[in-house]
Amino acid sequence: MTPIARHALSLTTLAIALLSLTACGNKDAAPIATGEVTIKIGHAAPLTGPQAHLGKDNENGAIMAIDELNSRGLSIGGNKVKFVLISEDDQADPKAGTTVAQKFVDQKVNGVIGHLNSGTTIPASRIYSDAGIPQISGSATNPTYTQQGFKTTFRVFANDVHQGQALAQFATQSLKAKTIAIVDDRTAYGQGLADEFKKAAEAGGAKIVAQEFTTDKATDFKAILTKIKASNPDVLFFSAMDAQGGPALKQARELGLKAAFLIGDGGCTPEFIKLAGNAAEGQYCSLPGVPLEKMPGGTVFKEKYKERYNQPIQLYAPYVYDAVMVMADSMQRANSAEPAKYLPEVSKTQFQGVTAKVIFDAKGDLVSPAVSIYQDKGGNWNFVETVSAPTAPAATK
Amino acid sequence: MDIFLQQIINGVVLGSIYALVALGYTMVYGILGLINFAHGEVVMVGALVAYTVMTALAPTGLPPVLLALLALLVAAPACMGLAWAIERYAYRPLRHAPKLAPLISAIGVSILLQNLAMMIWGRSYHAFPDILPAIHYDIGGAQVTLLQVVTILLAAGTMAALAWLIQRTAMGQAMRATAENPAIAELMGIPVNRIITLTFVIGAALAALAGLMVGANYSVAHYYMGFMLGLKAFTAAVLGGIGNITGAMLGGLLLGLIESLGGGYIEDLTGGFLGSNYQDIFAFLVLIGVLVFRPGGLMGERVSERA
Amino acid sequence: MKMTARFFARLTRPLNDGRVHWLVWALLGILLAVMPWIVAAGFGNTWLRVLNFALLYVMLALGLNIVVGFAGLLDMGYIAFYAVGAYLWALLASPQFGLHWPMWAILPLGAGVAGLFGVLLGAPTLKLRGDYLAIVTLGFGEIIRIFLNNLNAPINITNGPQGISAIDALHFGSVSLARPIDLGVVTIPSLVAFYYVFLFAAVTIIGIALRLERSRVGRAWAAIREDEIAAKACGINTRNVKLLAFAMGATFGGVAGGLFAGFQQFVSPESFGLLESVMVLCMVVLGGMGHIPGVIFGALLLTLLPEFFRHVAGPTQQMLFGKIYIDPESLRMLLFGLSLVLVMRYRPSGLWPSPQRQREIQDAQHVDAPAAVPVSHK
Repeated sequence: MTPIARHALSLTTLAIALLSLTACGNKDAAPIATGEVTIKIGHAAPLTGPQAHLGKDNENGAIMAIDELNSRGLSIGGNKVKFVLISEDDQADPKAGTTVAQKFVDQKVNGVIGHLNSGTTIPASRIYSDAGIPQISGSATNPTYTQQGFKTTFRVFANDVHQGQALAQFATQSLKAKTIAIVDDRTAYGQGLADEFKKAAEAGGAKIVAQEFTTDKATDFKAILTKIKASNPDVLFFSAMDAQGGPALKQARELGLKAAFLIGDGGCTPEFIKLAGNAAEGQYCSLPGVPLEKMPGGTVFKEKYKERYNQPIQLYAPYVYDAVMVMADSMQRANSAEPAKYLPEVSKTQFQGVTAKVIFDAKGDLVSPAVSIYQDKGGNWNFVETVSAPTAPAATK
Repeated sequence: MDIFLQQIINGVVLGSIYALVALGYTMVYGILGLINFAHGEVVMVGALVAYTVMTALAPTGLPPVLLALLALLVAAPACMGLAWAIERYAYRPLRHAPKLAPLISAIGVSILLQNLAMMIWGRSYHAFPDILPAIHYDIGGAQVTLLQVVTILLAAGTMAALAWLIQRTAMGQAMRATAENPAIAELMGIPVNRIITLTFVIGAALAALAGLMVGANYSVAHYYMGFMLGLKAFTAAVLGGIGNITGAMLGGLLLGLIESLGGGYIEDLTGGFLGSNYQDIFAFLVLIGVLVFRPGGLMGERVSERA
Repeated sequence: MKMTARFFARLTRPLNDGRVHWLVWALLGILLAVMPWIVAAGFGNTWLRVLNFALLYVMLALGLNIVVGFAGLLDMGYIAFYAVGAYLWALLASPQFGLHWPMWAILPLGAGVAGLFGVLLGAPTLKLRGDYLAIVTLGFGEIIRIFLNNLNAPINITNGPQGISAIDALHFGSVSLARPIDLGVVTIPSLVAFYYVFLFAAVTIIGIALRLERSRVGRAWAAIREDEIAAKACGINTRNVKLLAFAMGATFGGVAGGLFAGFQQFVSPESFGLLESVMVLCMVVLGGMGHIPGVIFGALLLTLLPEFFRHVAGPTQQMLFGKIYIDPESLRMLLFGLSLVLVMRYRPSGLWPSPQRQREIQDAQHVDAPAAVPVSHK
């Protein structure tokens, strides 16, 4: 026998071995309690890698929502229901994101919450759309997500356009900035937000005196900050996550850069203040929605989260919580957990969440979402004002 | 001018840190011909251990400098132990294996350490405490902090000490002999295995110091921080001529300056066509350029100086 | 540890007879043909999707194997060629430029352009030794990724970090693989259709790789790998032969990239990071460098293993301790790292090395130190 044929045989054996290997992996079917209908909610976020802390935060929010729903002892379609969360790690990697999406579809989940990143949410949304499974993201901000023409995509969070405009409005009107410097981290999030901010800030009459870039893995920002210092801007808008924003602010002050520091939702975290230390005092960040304290049930959620996980909310947990609640609410109104039956109800949602009153537009984005600005005072983000986004779902083009 | 001076200072500080890390790569490479991919993770462990010690002892009210010293006293042995274990269990059994086997093993160790660190220290970014009072000096309009001065001096001092160790002591002689030809060194009565372990351990002590300095200078520590840092430091080591101690220092400083000046001036240099988003490209392009004209790196040819 | 090798040897011994070998081929053919149906029905589409990705990685690993395994050139930026192929497809068949070229035009073009990039990378690095080559290729891979990530301004070419979405799926004429294909008798689900296309491409690439290995060029690569100076002395044009290795390897990557874009229908720079290059390199080395069946094995193993951990890590703990102590995601990567170390520790020439190479290794281990001492730099 030729060596090739021998390899072929070995490969056959190998294939069989691998098949049996996969067989062991197929034990997903969760035992279903009798007399109860199980509603499976898929949740996807990066649980490993550099953004794992945010992914875990999302997951925590989802778990709280699920537990609360179960404690209410709901009935849907005449049956007592039990919600089960199936949480998967998409590693913030588009490819893993689609694998996870397929897994949810195979497991016949009733709905999907997530993903965290736009980069995974967009390719995964095609798979959910093909399967007709409703998807609500509480954190993916890229406008493209809801603009693909899918009926199953929803988001309970202001997208980049809304937030960019709100931030720019705050910078030009409230801070009266004439000159602005922008830094973005070249991720889908950072770049998307920076672009929208830039457009809106220029329209608002400010001059962009420097536009610099970093990465989402950087720790040293001194080169770009030194360059920005040379252009002496009134405001520095840092379009990145807390892990970069905090140290960058600290380094900016060490270099004697005195511009007011503004960061988007990715930096509106306790983490940011911890990382920036004293430098954070008096600086600004933005978060979609209205402060939790001003929302019915918001304060309770905040306290409960802290009690349960022994740490403050990182970032998107309340939005993810709302996303789960909106989904359950739609199921109740449709009196069915079947995706095809309750999907039309999701579009008709009028739900009072802890972050906002959730009403979707035709694409599945929030109708004129509010964005709130916060300022660090004594180590806490304090509410400053709510900038209602211009009535511009049409501006998402 | 003050801006240019500031960029030079930024570059030198960054470069000093790169150099400290690059030394670890270059020493191991010089003696074993192995790219110790896990070295960046050792730096990470050093930074996180130092962070833990400093935050744990913070309530004692000791001055930060003392805390930092204590942190180093804990972090250095921790890293040394770690490096010893890595060498003993992941690399030594592979000494006669095909060339790429230790490299893959090193990648495995790197993934392993990252995930272990994630389990121990969690997924969050940790704010690294200040180790020195925030004293600024004004040099021609440029800002220099006390910490930066200390970083540069410490790096320079460490490297001088290392150079002395390798060139002037019996141990250094043994290291050089092992690097030159392990088999013959062994015949000359040099305990080759012990020398190799020692190289790893010294590299790890430097890594602990580098971890502390990175944490202090950029005020952040994280389980993922070792990867990019290791990559950059390795680039620096190759730029200078891997296996060569002086080369590692030179490569580190050069890379720091390239990144700093590249980030600061690339836009002006290219008439606004390329921005600071191409900062990393700049470093790699210089690397490729140098290697095309000097395939052994900047200092690579002076084989006798190899450690 | 020699058990697996012995196991395979024993398995093939009774068949060491020319007459039987068509049977083996037929068996393998049938198995591969029915595989997607079994997998989809028995284990769900997730595993079918994973299998499709596994086939893509088989192509990538075989491509890298030409460079690393055959020619002995350590390339750590191989994913760049995958990226080039994927982005070429994305640009020529998506609303990005409003172009919708046919598959027949893009795939060969993608292969060609990737090959060209291979030469571009190869040319300045010809003189470099192994480890210098590693860092330069690594840099090259990063440069490509950084450009893809930033070429949205001043002219928007790649759409930057946002990636390109709504890419055309693989299609034959008007038949798109993204929808189930109705053949009258039987309807082929989309994922199965992709599987067949990927299988066809992978088998073709395996065929080419096998022919290359045995060709004149293949022998020249082996000669360079073993001793470049001796190869040169034998009259081998080392420069051209090395460039050819880079180009051929890159071509495979380009094809795989195009297929990836047509499968995923979304590309963004984060899919082409350094870790992907490292992963493909791990597949080649772990499987058995230079040994085609080994490399295929490595690619399948490293794509399936993490997914396998994803499925069993949590439930196993639940079963053993009644509680999850270490969350499955961390454990998955932890075990992956550990298995890399252990495999190299106990099978340093890979899980399934070529018999010839294995003999060389054993010989080297028996002869005492000097032969195996790392080569010093001259």
